[in-house]
Amino acid sequence: RVTRKRSVDKAGQFFGSGHTNNWAVTCTSQFWFNYRHVANTLSVYRSVKRLGIPDSHIVLMLADDMACNHRNPKPATVFSHKNMELNVYGDDVEVDYRGYEVTVENFLRVLTGRLPPSTPRSKRLLSDDRSNILIYLTGHGGNGFLKFQDSEEISNVELADAFEQMWQKRRYNELLFIIDTCQGASMYERFYSPNLMALASSQVGEDSLSHQPDLAIGVHLMDRYTFYLLEFLEDIHPASTTNMNDLFKVCPKSQCVSTPGHRTDLFLRDPGSVLITDFFGSVRKVEITMETINLTSPVEQVEDKPVDGDLQRETHSYVDQLPVSEIIHQKPKQKDWHPPDGFILGLWTLILLVFFKTYGVKHLKHIF
Amino acid sequence: KRQAISLLASQTSSAPETVVTPSQPEDDFQEELVIRPLHSGDIYASFQFRTVWDTDFMGGKKVSHYRLFPKSLGQVISKFSVRELHISFTQGYWRTMQWGQPFLPSPPGAELWVWFQDTVTDVDGTWKELTNVLSGIFCASLNFIDSTNTVQPSASFKPLGIGNVTDHRFLRYATLPREIVCTENLTPWKKLLPCGSKAGLAVLMKSEKLFHSSFHSQAVHIRPVCQDWQCKSTSWELRQTLNVVFDLHSSGQGKREWSLFKMFSRTLTEACPLASSSKIYIDVTDNPQQFELSPATPLLSQAVVLGDRRTYSVYDLTQQATFGSMRSLNMLLRWKSSDGDMMRPLLHGERYVAGYGLQTGEIHTLMYNHHPYRAFPVLLLDTVPWYLRLYIHTLTVTSKGKDNKPSYIHYQPSKDRVRPHLLEMLVQLPPNSVTEVTVQFERALLKWTEYTPDPNHGFYVGSSVVSALVPSVVAMDTNSTQERPLFSSFFPSKEESSYFVRIYTEPLLVNLPTPDFSMPYNVICLTCTVVAVGYGSLYNLLTRTFQVEEPSPGLAKRLANIIRKMRGVPPL
Repeated sequence: RVTRKRSVDKAGQFFGSGHTNNWAVTCTSQFWFNYRHVANTLSVYRSVKRLGIPDSHIVLMLADDMACNHRNPKPATVFSHKNMELNVYGDDVEVDYRGYEVTVENFLRVLTGRLPPSTPRSKRLLSDDRSNILIYLTGHGGNGFLKFQDSEEISNVELADAFEQMWQKRRYNELLFIIDTCQGASMYERFYSPNLMALASSQVGEDSLSHQPDLAIGVHLMDRYTFYLLEFLEDIHPASTTNMNDLFKVCPKSQCVSTPGHRTDLFLRDPGSVLITDFFGSVRKVEITMETINLTSPVEQVEDKPVDGDLQRETHSYVDQLPVSEIIHQKPKQKDWHPPDGFILGLWTLILLVFFKTYGVKHLKHIF
Repeated sequence: KRQAISLLASQTSSAPETVVTPSQPEDDFQEELVIRPLHSGDIYASFQFRTVWDTDFMGGKKVSHYRLFPKSLGQVISKFSVRELHISFTQGYWRTMQWGQPFLPSPPGAELWVWFQDTVTDVDGTWKELTNVLSGIFCASLNFIDSTNTVQPSASFKPLGIGNVTDHRFLRYATLPREIVCTENLTPWKKLLPCGSKAGLAVLMKSEKLFHSSFHSQAVHIRPVCQDWQCKSTSWELRQTLNVVFDLHSSGQGKREWSLFKMFSRTLTEACPLASSSKIYIDVTDNPQQFELSPATPLLSQAVVLGDRRTYSVYDLTQQATFGSMRSLNMLLRWKSSDGDMMRPLLHGERYVAGYGLQTGEIHTLMYNHHPYRAFPVLLLDTVPWYLRLYIHTLTVTSKGKDNKPSYIHYQPSKDRVRPHLLEMLVQLPPNSVTEVTVQFERALLKWTEYTPDPNHGFYVGSSVVSALVPSVVAMDTNSTQERPLFSSFFPSKEESSYFVRIYTEPLLVNLPTPDFSMPYNVICLTCTVVAVGYGSLYNLLTRTFQVEEPSPGLAKRLANIIRKMRGVPPL
């Protein structure tokens, strides 16, 4: 019986985590002095790409452009450390929402999937009920809200409701929520949907501090919590077995000055059994089968229709780019004549009726 | 001989028992890089990648096997019935007077213009969907293109590919001057190339060097072209171009010495294996007095481009010998003297906003004709957003101080929040003159939700487009069939004495009257305070009843009152 329990345990572990990983990474601050928020987001993006999640499964939102900003002394780069060792922007980045597109409405629409039908695939969160999603938010925040674009806020109630919508629409299997802002713990206080785990860089009443400035670039490069998080993630590789308890220990008060917090009461599994790569990496479980499957016969090649004699075809030519005489004699477009509106017709009928009623029908013969 | 062969071919094909092999339509890929040293010491590099495919996206049979042509663009063409698509992303402004004319002009920001097929019934709806799909492909905010910044030019932007239909109902043009270009736009652009960025000329495209420049422009142009000299059938051409101007002082460190490694931090080791031709052209018209080029190459070619006959040194990357013993190619250009003038560009445009205050203003567009004795007509296209209300009765066009009446004006007034102003004029520019177009405008006050999160930055007005057929000193090549380098074969030239040029002016940045966005909060605070203090006190005064209350007596009096109560006597 013991063996059976263990195999059931193993099977439970086998199917315990989702098989696809989609996730969203968001940075919500604009202006050059918020360089560090973009650096935060890009460093998490970079780690996750390194651990195997492809760009098609990442929704990256950057509220402002730092890399090609005219104030950046090294264009097309975003650095995480003042020694400029690590360019977290890289050469292969794909930003899905940028600039003014990063709004509370777009963020909530991405989460809940209620996007207009013409939205391209790269801008959608195409998750299903077997997906593990990682959401990383950074920017300026306060007790119960997060600031977007310096002009609007998202509250913790809205966020909790969005997650509940996702749960009810079966849009995630497990969700890890990381937030690096001032008073970040207030953002996960209101969560009530199952299978949510949350991490924040500071408690209510505390500020999250930035790490170090760079004198050449002139701004602070990263926030403390994400800096140590990045350091921690650099040691993770796709096959590592580090679990969530190690993640909770990242950046203690001595390094971060603020107290990071976490919330696991809504999570069904024990955090000690959850691997980091379940959320940050794209490890797929593969089941090997010994059966052979017969593929259907290949599609019949459709033959091209025999080409008609070349002489029957008309000769094409390039169009004149500036046909001056044609333009000068271009008549203005005649507006199509529409019959008069019903209202106008009715009005004229009324006027005529009143006229003939007043002056008598005998005048009719003078008109026609 | 060519004619004889084609007659033979047509005879065989008209025979009844024709065996037609279902062959894959032919596709061809060419890549080239043109390096042109500029007189200001900067260097201009222009990449062009051309894929030509003899297939029919519009036919009944769905194209399903893609080889060199990127699948994402092929699907866009067939789904949205696109006849021509031109999209460009530019960072920086092209300085015509210092750098000359570019091979392919582009305005700052993003520009998209599309000719649809005449089978499309709802052009506006298709345009909206197309912009959304393209924003996903190129990682750009093209979804901000909507009816408020889309126009339908009536005479400019004629199709650059072959075709007979020029009904401007199927043309849409939009520009986003605010759009930023960065690595995230370059990454999907590079992925469209057959060799990606792994082989051929595309290995030189490193974003850290490309964006550290004065001007960077990447574009995609799709159009139908003639398959052969007879031009009986069409094939689809995709051109991806990247133009970049490296600054002498910021990335050249001030030394007039350029090498491939200094520009791109890479050298070339091989051509793209899928390319039929892979060449580098270095403009050596001013050689050998001006600069020295190493390694030397015996191949020289002449081409007439932009009205000038230029000589180019050609490096053919498909030949192993080009790479030398080191198996890598790194050209070095060293300046010897800095004499000599650049040929002055014949057409040049400028634009600025005049006026003061936040209510009215004036837009001035200047067009310079530097030809000493020839006048030529230009077509000016102006798109002004609806929140700058133009007063067209104040439109004046003056050349050399005198009024210059345009021979064609098309004006479509704006509708608030629906469409922008469209002004198109055909103006004859007298020789050696400046033509000034001025129009006054008034700034509108937007609704408070319509302001961007940073409204004090200002609002952009897209560049004006000046299209012209400029008279050429040198006879242009109108034969469109012989092998020509890609940079000289983009604009089709129909006559020898002139060449087509498109100039973009600067975009404008205007400040609109911006409200103080903290006012709703201030108003709420003030109102609540006034209500609480004013109404509250008044309510209290009206409804409060006063009762006179005796002060509580002292201890002796209280004891006396108790005794008196016991006695039955009224208290004190």
